[in-house]
Amino acid sequence: MPQLPGLLKGLGVTARTAARTLFPKRGLRTLIPAPQQGSVTVQYPHEKEAPPDRARGVIALHEENCTACMLCSRSCPDWCIYIEGHKVKAPPRRAGGAVRSVNVVDRFDIDYALCMYCGICVEVCPFDALFWSPEYEYSEPHIADLLHDRIRLSEWMETVPAFEDYEPGSEQKVRKVPDFGPDDFLPERKLADDDAVLAPAADAATSADG
Amino acid sequence: MSGAAELAGLLGLAYWAETSIKLGVALIVIPTAALLLGYLFLLKMMAFMQSRLGPQDVGPYGTLQLIADAVKFLQKEDIHPATADRRVFRAAPVVVLASSFLLFVVLPTGPDAVVENLDTGIFYAMAVSSLSVLGVLMAGWASANKYALLGGLRAAGQLIAYELPLILAVMGVVIQADSLNLQEIVRAQAEGEIFGFGLIGNPFILTQFIGFLIFMISAQAELTQTPFDMPVAETELVGGFHVEYTGFRFLLFFMAEVATAFAFSALATVMFLGGWWIPGFDFDAPALNVLGPVVMLIKILVVAFIIFWIRFTYPRLREDQLQKFAWKVLIPLSLANIVVTGIFKVVV
Repeated sequence: MPQLPGLLKGLGVTARTAARTLFPKRGLRTLIPAPQQGSVTVQYPHEKEAPPDRARGVIALHEENCTACMLCSRSCPDWCIYIEGHKVKAPPRRAGGAVRSVNVVDRFDIDYALCMYCGICVEVCPFDALFWSPEYEYSEPHIADLLHDRIRLSEWMETVPAFEDYEPGSEQKVRKVPDFGPDDFLPERKLADDDAVLAPAADAATSADG
Repeated sequence: MSGAAELAGLLGLAYWAETSIKLGVALIVIPTAALLLGYLFLLKMMAFMQSRLGPQDVGPYGTLQLIADAVKFLQKEDIHPATADRRVFRAAPVVVLASSFLLFVVLPTGPDAVVENLDTGIFYAMAVSSLSVLGVLMAGWASANKYALLGGLRAAGQLIAYELPLILAVMGVVIQADSLNLQEIVRAQAEGEIFGFGLIGNPFILTQFIGFLIFMISAQAELTQTPFDMPVAETELVGGFHVEYTGFRFLLFFMAEVATAFAFSALATVMFLGGWWIPGFDFDAPALNVLGPVVMLIKILVVAFIIFWIRFTYPRLREDQLQKFAWKVLIPLSLANIVVTGIFKVVV
């Protein structure tokens, strides 16, 4: 029976684990059972688990960066991202430049009943609008309530951890968006809500529509 | 022999009253035994062996978890597969549960505390315990599901293969005790002597240690507990013969499994560990009718601990390894055990 020592050792392993779980205390208090301290599990509803910063809990939307380009929606294997947007005219970036046409997001929904957390949408977004958040408490009693809209997705942006530097050698990935500087960088959404600001572009807009 | 009947006569009980009291006790004891083993070992000990806590929220320390589970099972829809053989499908769990209920009939827990003291007690126990194969095969066949059928066939092959060493291991004890009656086996251990030293009697685990090992291994296989759980192999057969069962029919299978584990632990206790007898007492002392069940329970829990300890430690064997182990190792070994026991019986 060459297997016998291994079999006995296996019994020892389980017995030792049970003993360590049940009697974790040392010294005189060894015989006081305290499995609450001995076990390695987190008693979730009673105590919160602290997920790692880069945990893939939920996908958050940084709405100001979104251009409704649909890349995420089209690359999603489950087709669980629903985007609707419309075009508005924006003032030129530089004085004397042409009036620009930009996209504004009307609807950005992710159906977390379908999402399989592959993260392709986060990878594919060229404008840094989608981020992984470690947040995990968003279950719902009804499956239809798992369709979360842009308001909810934006709220999760607060839980996205601060950006960490990539490891050396991958610098080319770090900036996916050309740096326009803080003032220039996509203030379109606010502009779109305020028609008065669009006044210089109004003529061009009508001619384009006509 | 007819201690229970005498006791009933003393108390002036009619046959029907005596029978209904026995029935009531059995109906209380069997589910309680299943709950006890299920909670202590299946839920808690397994959790500790995996560094978990097990159920915590239902009742103090999760003690009511299994009752909550049973209530949940009772609420579930009773689904029959469309092509199932409905009558056989419904009867199968009842047959399996009946087999384990019948086992409890002969288990002695005191000089008079036994439901029915059959002269061929151990023969009867072995016979009804193999009835469960029939139920398992019925379940596998009637489910009209290939996984269930494979599970049923595996169970049949396995249970028949391990029935043999189980019975052959028991033979050694029977030879040594000169009786098939479980009370007489307990008496033989209580009144036996180890080299003239009779204080603790002669529990047959000392003289029949090989038999005890073979009995425990075969019982493990008979109970389809984990190194031998191919009939319900989760990974290959998604649950085997009970894959199509829901609700309380599944609950019956589960209860039968744990209750049979309890009954087999009790059989091992009676045959190898001296049963309910306490050293220092007379064999017929009336106090043993009260203390006997307690001692019995402690010993049963120790044996059941070993069964479940092995279950939670080892991975599943392969089907051919299982058969090879039964036919090439256990059966020759148990035959040799019988021969040696017989020689000693004649010579000594």
